[in-house]
Amino acid sequence: MAAILQVRDLKKTYEGGFEALKGIALDIETGEIIALLGPNGAGKTTLISTICGITEPTSGTASVGGHDIQRDYRKARAMIGLVPQEINLEPFSMVEDNLHFSRGLFGKPRDEALVESILKRLSLWDKRRARVRELSGGMKRRVLIAKALAHEPRVLFLDEPTAGVDVGLRKDMWETVAQLKSEGVTIILTTHYIEEAEAMADRVGVIRNGQILMVEPTQDLMRRFGRKELRIELREPLTSLPAELADYEIELADEGQTLVYSYDTHADRTGIAGLMRSLNEAGIVLRDVQTRQSSLEEIFVDLVADSRTQGEAKA
Amino acid sequence: MNLLAVKSIYKSEMARFFRTIGQSFISPVISTSLYFVVFGAAIGSRIQEVEGVQYGAFIVPGLIMLSVIMQSISNASFGIYFPKFIGTIFELLSAPVNFLEIVLGFVGAAATKALFIGLVILGTAALFVDLTIQHPLAMIAFLVLTCLSFSLMGFIIGIWARNFEQLQLVPLLIVTPLVFLGGSFYSVTMLPPFWQTVTMFNPVLYLISGFRWAFFGVSDVSIGLSLGAIAFFFFVCLTIVWWIFRTGWRLRD
Repeated sequence: MAAILQVRDLKKTYEGGFEALKGIALDIETGEIIALLGPNGAGKTTLISTICGITEPTSGTASVGGHDIQRDYRKARAMIGLVPQEINLEPFSMVEDNLHFSRGLFGKPRDEALVESILKRLSLWDKRRARVRELSGGMKRRVLIAKALAHEPRVLFLDEPTAGVDVGLRKDMWETVAQLKSEGVTIILTTHYIEEAEAMADRVGVIRNGQILMVEPTQDLMRRFGRKELRIELREPLTSLPAELADYEIELADEGQTLVYSYDTHADRTGIAGLMRSLNEAGIVLRDVQTRQSSLEEIFVDLVADSRTQGEAKA
Repeated sequence: MNLLAVKSIYKSEMARFFRTIGQSFISPVISTSLYFVVFGAAIGSRIQEVEGVQYGAFIVPGLIMLSVIMQSISNASFGIYFPKFIGTIFELLSAPVNFLEIVLGFVGAAATKALFIGLVILGTAALFVDLTIQHPLAMIAFLVLTCLSFSLMGFIIGIWARNFEQLQLVPLLIVTPLVFLGGSFYSVTMLPPFWQTVTMFNPVLYLISGFRWAFFGVSDVSIGLSLGAIAFFFFVCLTIVWWIFRTGWRLRD
């Protein structure tokens, strides 16, 4: 599928000399959901702001739907919807007026039916005549999303859309995002919640120090870096590991009550069958067995830690 | 041209004005009435006529200009400063609009509000003094040009300002003295020669003089010079706004 967003060697250096983006290259396919993960100050928001026209790039290019963000900014921006990180709304305005305003600003004629459907989809219909300042934080965030959708964008940027919202609302938003994807909208989201990326994103991009460390399909990343743990609960606790288990990458936990075996799910041999035989030979009786896969969060921490170590080594 | 964007910005700015319409209407009526009590009744009883015009009537153009200039600046500066302050400016910067469309929306709305207030003052003044407008078309032209020019100036101040203090700084420290010393309440010919020369460097003098000419046919400077001055000021402000959007000064990082 064709890339709807192409970023080439995009750099941003702020007046003080801080390099927020150090030559970002990124292709985003039409209709996919990509999550940008990275620690605070990694450059996620700067990247989004630059593509959307809020920040001027120092050099490099970006195009949306083949339209350059600077030369052909009208066509490029008309395709983009942006939900910013901060709740930026005029407090005295009415909810539905906000949507009409956004639609008009993007050069689209008033459309009551569309505004109604967006407000209903985001559970805001009952609040359409309410002033923004009367709404809860979660509701305000929904208004921001509704505004971004009012001009029917083909590319939607969600900059930490669920920061500070409750679990129920977060799940609602995930559903909204899934629905938008089914309508062919391309979604780029930044998040601190790894479970969000894991649950929604087709691909994950890891960004740190203004550089993209990697962009991979979420499942590949999980497979590549994901390790599984086999937790074996014992009937009788062990004081030390028996000699039969010396060849395995195994640890004693819970005061000898549990054996923890780490293995790679994609290795030719996981070693589980051999381990079971060895346990049997050692006369160890099992009570329960569990497996657990490392989360994207752990993978992310490992990745960032690795790159930090490499950076320090170079220095 | 994204005319729908211009309309959206204009309507949204006007909505704020209509939310406080009572305030917008009553305050100029009260302040104008006060000016008439102080300048018209108290001082006017000692000064009968200035250049053949009854003093109460003579101050009307200056009074309208004073309010229109201050209103244009404060409406436009607040109009663009408020989105900067609360962060909603992101939407303007990421929308498919150019500088002219943003300016038309904001400045058009600010100028409309100022024009409305100018007309309210004119109506209130007509209750106190006999007013004849000798050149009504010129009067409207001056009024509209003044509203637009000073709204543009206000727009620049709103972009420049980093806090509410700065937003008030230029109107209070520069514009108010210029308007008061620009012949709002007196004719320049009443000043000693030295101060007459100094006053000639005050751009507001040309506005008030031209506006007064539209009412009474008398002016301190020629009408052509007045029109030239306001047109020059308008284009200077427009050029500065164009430059701001071209460079992103105080708008884009």
